[in-house]
Amino acid sequence: FFQYCLSGHPTLPCNVLKFKSTTIMLDCGLDMTSTLNFLPLPLVQSPRLSRLPGWVLKDGSTFLDKELKECSGHVFVDSVPEFCLPETELLDLSTVDVILISNYHCMMALPYITEYTGFTGTVYATEPTVQIGRLLMEELVNSIERVPKAQSASMWKNKDVQRLLPAPLKDAVEVSMWRKCYTMPEVNAALSKIQLVGYSQKIELFGAVQVTPLSSGYALGSSNWIIQSHYEKVSYVSGSSLLTTHPQPMDQAALKNSDVLILTGLTQIPTANPDGMVGEFCSNLAMTVRNGGNVLVPCYPSGVIYDLLECLYQYIDSAGLSNIPFYFISPVANSSLEFSQIFAEWLCHNKQTKVYLPEPPFPHAELIQTNKLKHYPSIHGDFSNDFKQPCVVFTGHPSLRFGDVVHFMELWGKSSLNTVIFTEPDFSYLDALAPYQPLAMKCVYCPIDTRLNFIQVSKLLKEVQPLHVVCPEQYTQPPPTQSHRTDLMVDCQPPPMSYRRAEVLTLPYKRRYEKIEIMPDLADSLVPMEVKPGISLATVSAALHTKDNKHVLQLPPKPPQPPVGKKRKRVSDDVPECKPLKPLLSGSIPVEQFVQTLEKHGFSDVKVEDTAKGHIVLLQEAETLIQLEEDSTHIICDNDEPLRVKLRDLVLKFLQKF
Amino acid sequence: MPEIKVTPLGAGQDVGRSCILVSIAGKNVMLDCGMHMGYNDDRRFPDFSYITQNGRLTDFLDCVIISHFHLDHCGALPYFSEMVGYDGPIYMTHPTKAICPILLEDYRKITVDKKGEINFFTSQMIKDCMKKVVAVHLHQTVQVDEELEIKAYYAGHVLGAAMFQIKVGCESVVYTGDYNMTPDRHLGAAWIDKCRPDLLITESTYATTIRDSKRCRERDFLKKVHETVERGGKVLIPVFALGRAQELCILLETFWERMNLKAPIYFSTGLTEKANHYYKLFITWTNQKIRKTFVQRNMFEFKHIKAFDRAFADNPGPMVVFATPGMLHAGQSLQIFKKWAGNEKNMVIMPGYCVQGTVGHKILSGQRKLEMEGRQILEVKMQVEYMSFSAHADAKGIMQLIRQAEPRNVLLVHGEAKKMEFLKQKIEQEFHVSCYMPANGETTTIVTNPCIPVDISLGLLKRETALGLLPEVKKPQLMHGTLIMKDNSFRLVSPEQALKELGLTEHQLRFTCRVHIQDPRKEHETVLRVYNHLKAVLKDYSVQHLPDGSITVESILIQATAHSEDQGTKVLLVSWTYQDEELGSYLTALLKKGLPQGT
Repeated sequence: FFQYCLSGHPTLPCNVLKFKSTTIMLDCGLDMTSTLNFLPLPLVQSPRLSRLPGWVLKDGSTFLDKELKECSGHVFVDSVPEFCLPETELLDLSTVDVILISNYHCMMALPYITEYTGFTGTVYATEPTVQIGRLLMEELVNSIERVPKAQSASMWKNKDVQRLLPAPLKDAVEVSMWRKCYTMPEVNAALSKIQLVGYSQKIELFGAVQVTPLSSGYALGSSNWIIQSHYEKVSYVSGSSLLTTHPQPMDQAALKNSDVLILTGLTQIPTANPDGMVGEFCSNLAMTVRNGGNVLVPCYPSGVIYDLLECLYQYIDSAGLSNIPFYFISPVANSSLEFSQIFAEWLCHNKQTKVYLPEPPFPHAELIQTNKLKHYPSIHGDFSNDFKQPCVVFTGHPSLRFGDVVHFMELWGKSSLNTVIFTEPDFSYLDALAPYQPLAMKCVYCPIDTRLNFIQVSKLLKEVQPLHVVCPEQYTQPPPTQSHRTDLMVDCQPPPMSYRRAEVLTLPYKRRYEKIEIMPDLADSLVPMEVKPGISLATVSAALHTKDNKHVLQLPPKPPQPPVGKKRKRVSDDVPECKPLKPLLSGSIPVEQFVQTLEKHGFSDVKVEDTAKGHIVLLQEAETLIQLEEDSTHIICDNDEPLRVKLRDLVLKFLQKF
Repeated sequence: MPEIKVTPLGAGQDVGRSCILVSIAGKNVMLDCGMHMGYNDDRRFPDFSYITQNGRLTDFLDCVIISHFHLDHCGALPYFSEMVGYDGPIYMTHPTKAICPILLEDYRKITVDKKGEINFFTSQMIKDCMKKVVAVHLHQTVQVDEELEIKAYYAGHVLGAAMFQIKVGCESVVYTGDYNMTPDRHLGAAWIDKCRPDLLITESTYATTIRDSKRCRERDFLKKVHETVERGGKVLIPVFALGRAQELCILLETFWERMNLKAPIYFSTGLTEKANHYYKLFITWTNQKIRKTFVQRNMFEFKHIKAFDRAFADNPGPMVVFATPGMLHAGQSLQIFKKWAGNEKNMVIMPGYCVQGTVGHKILSGQRKLEMEGRQILEVKMQVEYMSFSAHADAKGIMQLIRQAEPRNVLLVHGEAKKMEFLKQKIEQEFHVSCYMPANGETTTIVTNPCIPVDISLGLLKRETALGLLPEVKKPQLMHGTLIMKDNSFRLVSPEQALKELGLTEHQLRFTCRVHIQDPRKEHETVLRVYNHLKAVLKDYSVQHLPDGSITVESILIQATAHSEDQGTKVLLVSWTYQDEELGSYLTALLKKGLPQGT
């Protein structure tokens, strides 16, 4: 049992588990923090960005000035943004049998895996995960493809060149593995390999392993996975939440009794309370708008935005914001809002109850109906006609490197009336803002990460009691910026096994049993014997059939009848073919009773001698000697087979067979 | 012998009042809890005294499963749970859980408020009953208790309709509820995996019908509606609020749009708009096409179809009205029918099955003079058309489902006895499985032969797998082990381990046989001859000549000594344990024959 760790990002994991002759990939997250090293892709030509000076080495050489630009003391790659892929060399990814997806954020690398590695297996995910995952990919592809960039920088990636660059480019890891975004045909091909599953559905893999998704409470359709055989259980916990937001609550009970629990996707902001952040979000938003400024909320098109819209729905009237337009701009804005309303079965109890009425589960339906919330595929077209300020704009991408958000940053950045509010926790907001400096607009950081914090984790682990915990190395030490906070790490007994990118772990468990089925006719033929009160034994001699990793015991085939009328066979024909094992024996033979039995069977000259360990029984005429001891019997006789067999059977009468 | 018992309390050789009791491996499950449209007395509900005569429902039943929201499958539920008294879990899918209480309330209103019956269940009872409902996802394995698990499959009959697998250990039953094997305009086709249940309980409404293609029926339907409207007639389509209604609405809506027709289409009762909402919110339960396009165009937002007001029925000119209920047994559809029946320009289209006793059934069987309440005679002059739009599997579909699931036995419910008889023969002929069709109150017993799951120690399994040197699939390997049975747990271990676990020691039984061989040569030469001989005969065995002068064949030891009296005879001592009995016995016999010349 091995775990290959292909990603070092604790919330965008990609692990491969070798479990009982199956190879299972757990998630394939795409690390997009690499894009922070690139210049933003402006939708409309930005004079500011195009005037940025090329970067010059200390020695004055300018050979990189086409690839690298300098902005307020930071150096950026002027090229199509690239992403850091999971490790593809650690093992042959074409041998992966299945990929289990836990939530839509953790599947963004899927096209790279399914379309470039020779992968021929199946991907399992829930319906909301697939639908929303598709929207996220569509948005990503769209926002990169609609800004064609002639240049694709590669010179800076040369190891000898990279050494000379300033941080953070100098320290960027695996730059050779960075890839450009996939295309829509690749997305479609990847998604066509997905098979939909429901919570608590048991999926058999090759008869050897059963996998089951469980609600993880983090996002629509998000799941943790149980990977188990009859005797081993691995729980894969990824992106779980115990807060009551819109998704179905987390199913904790089913994680109990795991041999190994793989723990990933904890909160990235362990010190922030999501509820407090939402409050701050609302008050900052209200304050800016009241002062006549605009609010920009860089966000993903699904997820926390539903909760934010719901809070605003309750908040805007009381805060006197009823006349402020809310814009949601994304190529998939409409789809996201529509899809959110049709997944009743994946929602929390309150929202389900609304659907039963039948009413739309999310109040953004009403915001749209009353024209308070408007959605547009992009800033072009209808939006430019409807656009009124001051307003609130929700748009992507949270990295501020591509998507319509780039336009609003350029548009509103110069005025201190405006505010950008960061709610997504995936990117450092300071890094995200770096290419826009100097900036006059206000920046507010309200990261909302509903995933488990360390207090919840330790409570969870106490509750479900796994034998071993495996987690990314980041969780086994306090965050680098808060090294005194020893409470911000996973604490359990025995201490967790940690992994890092490109590492292979051997998972600690040992199998002792396997399931086998006894066919009814064989079961009927068994003769159970009670050896101790409540314990019975039966010796089983049966034919073992193994097919599709399932074992079945049947009645042994009858030996073929010897051909009749054939002439005497050659000696070697009689050699016993297989070695039918005789059962083991147990018990002891009481000498008096044994002698009586012998006499009853016609042995008249029985003589008994005592020895140190037992007795010797002599049959004088037959020149036969039987040594009886506590745990052994030895029959020494002439080559008289009928006699030997007779004595054997008499001895066996006193013994139990196993 | 383990057995599965099935007793229909309703829907046995009948359509309506579906309610089937199943006992499997000590668990009792009730499948559906429906009412009968053809009766207004006690017979409208299943006879629960079958259970209560022996005790409380909650004590007897482990769970209740409702397949879909039609009243003949869930109409008795509040009566059952609140008036007879059941507090255990009731399972149904999310859409069923959402829609079922609305239909129950509708049913209650018609019965109590309109017909003035007393001693019927109340609105509060419907609410209390629904609190006992646990909603299930498709394909989710629901653990009812430690042994009993259920799983829902898509049935395609109405929104949220499901088939259920009920499983205890190795034994399982599948109950189809009502299902449809061909996708229609709004739902997909039923699907089940090859789950090989011991018993498949299937509906058999259309046991003898093989329907023509759906397209033909649709064209026919549109043509009839169109013709009637063209000549200024009114078309009445009695439907149940949810299900067929939506399919036919989609059909007419697209036709009206394509043909640019102006005649109004109405849908009776306020339920409709609500009903369409359910379809919008549970769009994941509809067919692929609707699901794929819903963001651009939600098929359940109708432009041409408007809400009906009872005053419209007297409006002049053509119109099409969908009215509930579908069998013309009460309510608005019956009122409109009475108004329009006298005019031969008008038409009533019955798009579904009608149970005996309903007005729908009467006009479909050709009756044109109907006796209404108050001994009034209603003469039916309007055209009466029947179009099978009910989403039930036809004979072909039923056979197809049996082929998919591969059951060991089949049991027919929800059909008419005569038709069942025909289908039963067909199933038995084609699949060579037993097929049953019990009447209500009659118990069918099916003997199952479950295999017994056992834990085998990995050591033993590996040892056995290792013994088979070549991976010969055809030739099964023989396995020897000891089965330890303790507190209902079964473990198969090696005999050694069994002894160890029980704290017993092995008793070794050894044989030593003296074999006399005529050979004047020296002892070591005799031994060599014996060795060569054995080596030649026992090609597949490990025969070794040890430095101390003895020979081993596997674990059998052979030593030679001189005969004390006769120099020309050597004595071979052949020694083996009981576990090598076959080989030991064989060797002594072989050696007794003497050594061949020239060795």
